[in-house]
Formats: sequence, C-alpha cells, structure tokens
Amino acid sequence: MSAPPGRFARHLAGLDLRERPWTDADVDRALAAPSLAGLPALLSPAALPRLEQLAQAARATTLQRFGRTVRLFAPLYVSNACLSSCTYCGFSKGLDVVRRTLSVDEVEAEARGLVERGFRHLLLVAGEHRIEVSADYLVECVERLRPFVPSISIETQTWSDDTYARLVAAGLEGVVHYQETYDRARYAETHVAGWKRDYDRRLSSTERAAEAGVRRLGIGALLGLSADWRADVVAVAAHALWLQKGYWRTEVTVALPRIKASASGFQPLVPVGDAEYVQALSALRLVAPEAGIVLSTREPAALRDGLVRIAVTTMSAGSSTEPGGYTTPGAAQEQFSVSDERSAVEVAAMLEAAGYEPVWKDAFPLSPDVARL
Amino acid sequence: MTTRPATAVPSVPSVPHDSPADRTVARDPAHEHRDALDVAGRGFTSRLLVGTGKFASHAVMRDALVASGAEIVTVALRRVDLDRAARFGGEGGDVLDFVPAGMTLLPNTSGAVDADEAVRLARLGRAATGTELVKLEVTPDPRTLAPDPIETLRAAERLVAEGFAVLPYCSADPVLCRHLEEAGCATVMPLGAWIGSNRGLRTRDAIEVIVEQAGVPVVVDAGLGVPSDAAEAMEVGADAVLVNTAIAVAADPVLMARAFALATDAGRMGHLAGRGAALPATQAEASSPLTGFLQ
Repeated sequence: MSAPPGRFARHLAGLDLRERPWTDADVDRALAAPSLAGLPALLSPAALPRLEQLAQAARATTLQRFGRTVRLFAPLYVSNACLSSCTYCGFSKGLDVVRRTLSVDEVEAEARGLVERGFRHLLLVAGEHRIEVSADYLVECVERLRPFVPSISIETQTWSDDTYARLVAAGLEGVVHYQETYDRARYAETHVAGWKRDYDRRLSSTERAAEAGVRRLGIGALLGLSADWRADVVAVAAHALWLQKGYWRTEVTVALPRIKASASGFQPLVPVGDAEYVQALSALRLVAPEAGIVLSTREPAALRDGLVRIAVTTMSAGSSTEPGGYTTPGAAQEQFSVSDERSAVEVAAMLEAAGYEPVWKDAFPLSPDVARL
Repeated sequence: MTTRPATAVPSVPSVPHDSPADRTVARDPAHEHRDALDVAGRGFTSRLLVGTGKFASHAVMRDALVASGAEIVTVALRRVDLDRAARFGGEGGDVLDFVPAGMTLLPNTSGAVDADEAVRLARLGRAATGTELVKLEVTPDPRTLAPDPIETLRAAERLVAEGFAVLPYCSADPVLCRHLEEAGCATVMPLGAWIGSNRGLRTRDAIEVIVEQAGVPVVVDAGLGVPSDAAEAMEVGADAVLVNTAIAVAADPVLMARAFALATDAGRMGHLAGRGAALPATQAEASSPLTGFLQ
C-alpha cells in the first residue's frame, strides 16, 4: 500500500519547474533579489558565465549568516544490510557484497574512536533493513552514545511517527532523508523495489520527523540521478524553504551529493560538471540563506576546499563508508568510494589555513540525564 | 598578548541607575569619562561586551577580545568542550582556553529552545565555569534566532530562584523588559536588530522607552553592525552594548574590535555630556524673532 502524498508533495505539485530559455536579464533580476522564483535562472546555462559573481554573492551571504566557521561531523555506518533495491547504490539488495551490521557494542567502539579523533557530531548511517536495523536497535544505539556524543543524527530508512518520537526522546538530534530525485517517474525507475520505492512515504517522512520534534532535518537530491538536475535543485530549495516556514523550530540542512562510483556500477544520466556544481551550491545559498549546506567526502579535496569559501557550512572528514570501517576496516562493502581521503586533522588544518574555524562541537546534550557539557 | 590585568578593573560600589545629570563622573588623565557599569554587584569600566562566535580562529578571536578592551565576554556553552580542553589544550584546545585572563566569563544558553533546556544548560554552565552569571538565550526559531519572550521569562524566574545572576537576551519590548526586571534579572538585553544581521539600531524607539524606564542596566545586544551603531545605542542611553558578528566577520576583526571600543566610549560620553536639541530641518532658529516687537 502506498503512502498518501504529504503536504510538501502537494505544494511541490503546484510549482512550475519547466525549463525556459533564460536570458542574461533574467539572471540580473534573480541576482538582485534572490528568490525561489529566480532560482531556475541562476541555475541556467545563462548564469554560467556569471559564475564568479554568483560565487561572490553566495560567499557574502554565507559569511554574514554563518561567520568564518565550518561544522565538522563524521558518518558512522552501522549496517550495509538492505531490503531495498536502488539502481545507483552499493548497498542495494541483491548485490553480491559483504554485508555487516554492527552490534551496539561495536557501534559504541566506532563512536569512541571518532570521539578520540575529535568528532562530537556523529551521523549513524544504515541501509534499509528493518530487522537488522530496527527501531529498537537505533534507540539503543542513541541511548548508548548520548552520554559521550553531544550531537547524534541518523540517515536510515524512513520511520513511523512513533519511532521518530522514541528516537527524539532517546536524545536524537537530527534526521537525514534525501529524496534522491523529486521527479516521480525517475524515482520509480531507480527505486525498483522495497520500502524506499514509495516516493510519497519517503517525501512525507521529513515533515513527520519535524512534527515528532527532530531538531535538525537534512534533505537533498542525488545529482546525476535525474536527467534534469536543475529541477531537482529547485525542488530541494523549495523543500527547504517550505520546511523552514512550516516547522519553524527545525533547523534545515541541504546537500546535493553527486553520484559516485559504487558496487552498483550505475552511471549518471547527465554528469554534473564541477562549474555547474559550484553554480548549483552558490544559487542554493542565495535562495535559502539560512539553510546549512553539507558537503561530504564524495567530492575531491580541491573542490571541497573551494566550496568552503563559497557556500558550504558543514563537512564530513576522514570518512569511512563501510560498517566498522574506523576500527576494523576491510570487513564489509563500502557504500561508495570517498574522494577526499584526508584525515579529519588534515581537513581541520585546511580550514584554519583558509581562515575558517573548524567547529567540532556545536551542541549540548539533549537528554536531561547527561550531567556534563 | 596583552590583557587588561585583573587588578585594573576597579571594584566599585553599586552605582545607582539614574539620569546622566545626577551622575558624578570621574575624569581620568586622558579626559575620558569612564563611569563604572554595575552588573550584578560587579563593577566594570568597559561598556562593550563581546562574543566569541563566528571568528576565523581562536587566535584571531583572542586578539580581537584583547583589542576590544572588553571585560565581559560571552561564550556559548554548546561550543564548550571540556573533554577537548582536557585532552588537547593550547592551540588545539577549547574556546575557553583562548579567553584572555582577567576577563569575566559570561556563559550563554545559545541553542536552547525552551525554558527547560535553558535552565539545564545554565546549570551545566555553572558547574563547568563556576560563575553564577548567565546570559539567557532561548531561541526556538533557528532562522531568525529571535528570542522567545514567554520561555525566556519562565527560565529567568527559575534561574533567579536558583541564585543565578541572569542577563536575558530579549525582544526590544518595554513591557517584557519590565517583567524581566521584576523577575529579578541583573540586566535586560534587548536586541537592536536580528542577531548577526549587522543592520544597526532598528529598535531605537523601543530602546528609548526601555532605557527611560529601566532600573537595571540595559545592554543592547544583537544586530549592531558598525561602530556608529554602538555609539548611537550608547547616546540613546543604553548602559552597554554587546557585539559579536560585526567584529568576527569584519575583514580585520582586531581593528574593528578597537573601533567598537572607541565608539562605545564616545557614545557613552556623548550621552553623559547631554546633547543640545536637534531642530527640525525646516525650522532653523529665526534671527529676527516674530515676537521681537513686544520688547
């Protein structure tokens, strides 16, 4: 049974995302007063010759809102077991890869290793396997980590309202659910079976998580999945603005990961070039000035170093995308291969050299039973 | 690194909060009028309070704090990492390691979204830093970081009862400031504009009323973008200003910190000096009075 469309899905259906032949004058207008209506022009080929101007404007906005700081986090892959079949993912059901689900003790060991490296913001990541990575399991993980991890988020399958509420009560701070693509037809082609196949359940999960009291929501699209990446960027911006308006207590972060090589062997329909990628993140910053922009180690070091100066406010560093990869590497399949292989300390040193403060801790324990900062 | 030695901060008796005309001003050799600011029974000479967020590095922050001449510095408890301070120290250490010696630490509850969280955070802060001072911030809207008046008042009442000296960040609302003062807060800290916006004293009309009625120091907090904004707030009669973003994101934070220090002092002196009346542009004083024939 498919889930009914959520409130944002109905809002999105009312937006006009059609391509138009945008002109330089359209770009001027959009730059003068950035808004969702002007975003397609900022993302268009007409704006590409103006990339430096776009980046300068984005940089000014980022500095004003976020200062010279970049928040650092680490992904902690707890499982690559998966019951969903997605054509682009290295964890997809049916792929012949080494599977592993960490015990809660192993999750704690990984987390302690990351804390030792300086991290205070951890993102628990898992494939979609509701038996191996159940609600009870995640609640137990959060409870186990909260005494020594100030900020815990999850990037897993979507959950029921009750489960989101249980996780929040356990001390969960953030939930990340990328829609991957907002194009229904392309979503159906790439999510061929399993829990994730339901577009509307996926899309409405962010609003349900917000209603359950999740403090930070991460949304995003996987660029290269749909032929029209620009429409996906506009949809991400619309989603962020809609969530900020409707759930005013919730902090929204956005990400535009590009498809990476994985065990799936998937090739992007339309590769998004580096210049267009910078264009997309700059335009997103201008239209959603209060949204944090997250950039993972999927992207190469030089690009990450450049984007920090323009739009990015949150980064992972020293990442492993395999369950157990920090303490016992090589024992399971990774989700994708990282491009930026620098250690967290090296990334922090890069930030400092670029005139930014690496922020390791930007949270306090949400659970009343944690007795120290 | 030069810091103001702790001994240079005079401990003065409580200064009554009164009109400038009633105030006796001590003149220092540089002819600067530096009357003491009293916060929770502690005397301060600087009327510029500074923050620690958004700086490019802890080292730049430290230099800017020194240049500001500020004696009170606010630190977000959510950024404080006691484990890190214990393990790394020095250049790799925690923000607290970079606050110059002799400055009064004002922990803040930034990030709290309701009274419960703010109270819990304040307690953690007191345990960690040993001060009863707390800058109360309750900001449920991450977009504007606008202070929640209802939860702020609730938290203030509870924290005062627990013995904290509460400095609440609040809306520029005269009635709310009355409530906060009645709740026993040590100051009120109405915003000049949205935090981090650098938009200046957008709330001037309300600040004038708040200053006129207040029995505790009024610290204009948030939104001041350039030194003249600080001077304006002080001329209007604010007892102090708190500046963070404008200094932290300036091209030269150290120079900007010094500029804010001078502007704050200048504004204070201008306020104490008592300004002449400003006439409307269309109403120049007539050199030949219309009623001259009566003489």
